[in-house]
Amino acid sequence: MPTVIVNGQEIEIGANERLNGIQVARRAGVDVPHYCWHPGLSVVASCRMCLVETGRRDPETGQISMLPKVVPACQTPATDNTVFVTDSDNVKAARAMVEEDLLIRHPIDCPICDKAGECYLQDYHFEHGRAERRADLKPFTSRRRDMGDTVTLFVDRCVMCTRCVRFTREITGTAELMVINRGAHEEIDVFPNHPLSNKMSGNVVDLCPVGALGDRDFLYSQRVWFMKKHEGVCAGCATGCSTYVEENQDQIYRLKPRENPHVNKWWMCDEGRYGFKHIHSEHRELLPRRLGDNGEYGTADWSTLTGSLMADLQRAGRLAALVSPHLTVEEAYLLCKLMREIDPEALLAVGPIPVIGSDEVFPNGFAIRAEKCPNRRGVEAIVAGFNRSESGWRDVLTQVANGAVQGVWVSGGYKHDWCDAATADQLSSASLLVVQDLFSSPAWDVATYQLPAAGFAEKDGSFVNVADRLQSFRWAIRPPSGVLPEGHLYWRMLGRNGLYRSRVVLDEIARDFIYFSAAMEPVPAVGVDLKVNQLAGVAAS
Amino acid sequence: MAEYYEPVLLAQVGKPDSHTRAVYEQAGGYRALRKALTEMSPLDVIEEVKTSRLRGRGGAGFPTGLKWTFLPKDHPGPIYFCLNADESEPGTFNNRIIMEDDPHQMLEGLIISSYATRATTAYIYMRFEYPLAYRRMQAAIDECYAAGYLGKDILGSGYSLDIYIHRGAAAYICGEETGLIESLEGKRAWPRIKPPFPAVEGVFRKPTVVNNVETCACVTHIIARGAAWFQSIGVSPDPNNPRDAGSLGPKLYCLSGHIEKPGCYEAPLGITVQQLIDRFGGGIWKGRKAKAAIPGGISMGLLRADEFDCPLDFNGPSKYGCLGLGTAAVVVLDETVSIVDFLHNSARFFAHESCGQCTPCREGTSWALKILERIKVGRGRLVDLDLLLEIGDTIGIMPGTTICGLADGAAWPLKNAIRKFRDEFETYIRESNPGGYGDTTPVPSLSLQELTLLGSH
Repeated sequence: MPTVIVNGQEIEIGANERLNGIQVARRAGVDVPHYCWHPGLSVVASCRMCLVETGRRDPETGQISMLPKVVPACQTPATDNTVFVTDSDNVKAARAMVEEDLLIRHPIDCPICDKAGECYLQDYHFEHGRAERRADLKPFTSRRRDMGDTVTLFVDRCVMCTRCVRFTREITGTAELMVINRGAHEEIDVFPNHPLSNKMSGNVVDLCPVGALGDRDFLYSQRVWFMKKHEGVCAGCATGCSTYVEENQDQIYRLKPRENPHVNKWWMCDEGRYGFKHIHSEHRELLPRRLGDNGEYGTADWSTLTGSLMADLQRAGRLAALVSPHLTVEEAYLLCKLMREIDPEALLAVGPIPVIGSDEVFPNGFAIRAEKCPNRRGVEAIVAGFNRSESGWRDVLTQVANGAVQGVWVSGGYKHDWCDAATADQLSSASLLVVQDLFSSPAWDVATYQLPAAGFAEKDGSFVNVADRLQSFRWAIRPPSGVLPEGHLYWRMLGRNGLYRSRVVLDEIARDFIYFSAAMEPVPAVGVDLKVNQLAGVAAS
Repeated sequence: MAEYYEPVLLAQVGKPDSHTRAVYEQAGGYRALRKALTEMSPLDVIEEVKTSRLRGRGGAGFPTGLKWTFLPKDHPGPIYFCLNADESEPGTFNNRIIMEDDPHQMLEGLIISSYATRATTAYIYMRFEYPLAYRRMQAAIDECYAAGYLGKDILGSGYSLDIYIHRGAAAYICGEETGLIESLEGKRAWPRIKPPFPAVEGVFRKPTVVNNVETCACVTHIIARGAAWFQSIGVSPDPNNPRDAGSLGPKLYCLSGHIEKPGCYEAPLGITVQQLIDRFGGGIWKGRKAKAAIPGGISMGLLRADEFDCPLDFNGPSKYGCLGLGTAAVVVLDETVSIVDFLHNSARFFAHESCGQCTPCREGTSWALKILERIKVGRGRLVDLDLLLEIGDTIGIMPGTTICGLADGAAWPLKNAIRKFRDEFETYIRESNPGGYGDTTPVPSLSLQELTLLGSH
């Protein structure tokens, strides 16, 4: 195995691994500061913050000969017997110099900068910079101009790492951003009338190591140190990007992509990034209601409602359920189990799959799916596991309309209108209609039970994306008072003890369904690939 | 060194219609091309150039033959040849003289060099500010196509070559090897990180050789007269130093500044600054004394008047603390010049021309300029000199903090001027800023009014 020496510590790397100095130092637990280098972008080695000393150990004699100058670690490949020194006086001096240079014209307007608190310029300056300022310039300007609808540029805060420029060239292929002027007058800009307007534009804000690129949606809305970060999964489309949900006091302020080499690398699309707004919509349904004998809806509290709902379901006759692709795997499982427990012949079908447009694939392979739900694969697998014969949700509706089914449970969670008047009309033939949804819809208006649902960041569970990768997540914010997450309701109705625990349910699922067997083990942050076991299962049977 | 030297590169310059093919061929032109294409294989040409120990004339002095051998063997092609005619080092104009007055000499060398490197396309990256050179080069290329020296199957040898002139947009950085390549590709001239070197991955990601105009002109004569002739001129390698490649062959020296007869003169490598001034320049103008001289373009640093015995070969100037020979453009400053003004002007140039890619160069050059501006207007402090030296010592590829050598070029005038003329700087600062020259506080105090915070809302 190739051995690399970092600050005297020997690190073994894989025989075919191509790592640079920054990556190999990270393995040794050494942080090499850097601005321009990003694992997802090409190497330009221009910020010069990652300067280190390097050399080579003679494999025969063990003697180490060092280069007489500093080199950028991002551009220096780590091969067998490469030596890196990241803590010498030369390296410290070089870092201090770069930090001093970057602050010569930086406005240092941290008190009014959104990035303060998560800014690499701040962090690195604190760690590697000089204590006093020697530059005699007065950099107090803070020019701002918008790059597009989503991103704004604070010109003077920029350190010219060009990550954003490379992103639009290499990842989206749209190349809106560029560098104008020369030398110390350089600025990031767009061509007139060609704003930054691609569907992944928000990523440049994440890429910006300083406060130069600001997210217009998030701008001035929250200091970053007030927010708590939760690992989540984007529910915007079938790609299922790993995200961080950042919230303060149950209010989500922004979503950020979470690195996941199997799903979204370092990126997410704007649709997902800004697609959390519905969760705080004032139009959300927040109270459970039951249609009374007088034809009026009366509010009920969940504890009494659970009992009456159970009784109504048992009385209803033949049951059917539309299992929404917005439900988590665990919720879908519990819902199916509940239906079959009450009526062993209950019809189960996957609810409508929202499809908008067609898949969009970017040059680097990142895809925005037309299927605007996070869990079609998972819900399909659960429903297929319960069903002996396939039936679509339209078949179920027909059965409802012709009177073969008396009780229908419709789970929703859709962001968009999913139900038209004709559908609602068919559904209304049922004697018992339970609709569980975020927003009112034609079906909601004719329901016997109107049950508010929880949004994607308000529940525990797992989603299975289009590539059969199961990712588990925990709740990030508490649902508004009055809303009981679906899983909790099903758990209660099934008469289980204690609080709803999605992991317990997932264990059951993994045991019961071979498709989910890979989820038997604890699910890592990047998720598990269910396809592997599926193939193994097929081979075994 | 021989007292009398017969010019070779400048032999035709100054004669009537020297830029036409007819005059050039009358003087024996295109015999070397015929010889190379009909009698020699590309490897023979490379071997001949290697034997001659020709070193690149663009500034860095890299052995030309060696550079050509770095091209990958058996590459399916295309291989590109780039001629660097983006001559923008202050004080330098020898390429212009060649391109304007003897373009065929250089074209012949370019075709031979392309043949040696098996390049099928050659680009001449020409500085925009050379309109006459552009017209004459283009006319010369047209003449070559008409005469069958360019195009398909040159002189029946089966070798084909096309030459295109690309005019730059007037940026110093485009003269840097990889900056030139980026610019030629239509991008911003940001020098590339090396490796890969252009010989492996250059223009359009294909193997590329980049050579200077004067280098190509030398190739013509090496083929015409043989490597032995070339080796007979100049300074032989130091036998005690195996790494010394020597400084052989003729060199065009650009002499300008405060001398009686500025111009481009040809001399064997190794002539000293004093000899240049006396033999060609006609002495310092107006009967004054010299104060300093730039040995080879402003980025090479500064020589004091008592260092004029510095030989202008590839090793000479570095022994006197300069960066190197550079473009061999000697600019002489007389005793009336203020070194503060000189350095300010130099810093202004490099701050303007820094491409802005690497942080130390982008910020260092502009910071140095700001400090010098302040010194110049009488608010200098003695500590500023150490700060300038620190900037000078820490930017460039030599300390390893930048991608290309522009920062080294910016650093050398700084370091040389302050180290060699520190007394003058100190006197200037003391006299112009009597109240504050000794101030050592890191930040000059700012008044409250100056601290206006322009809000970003």
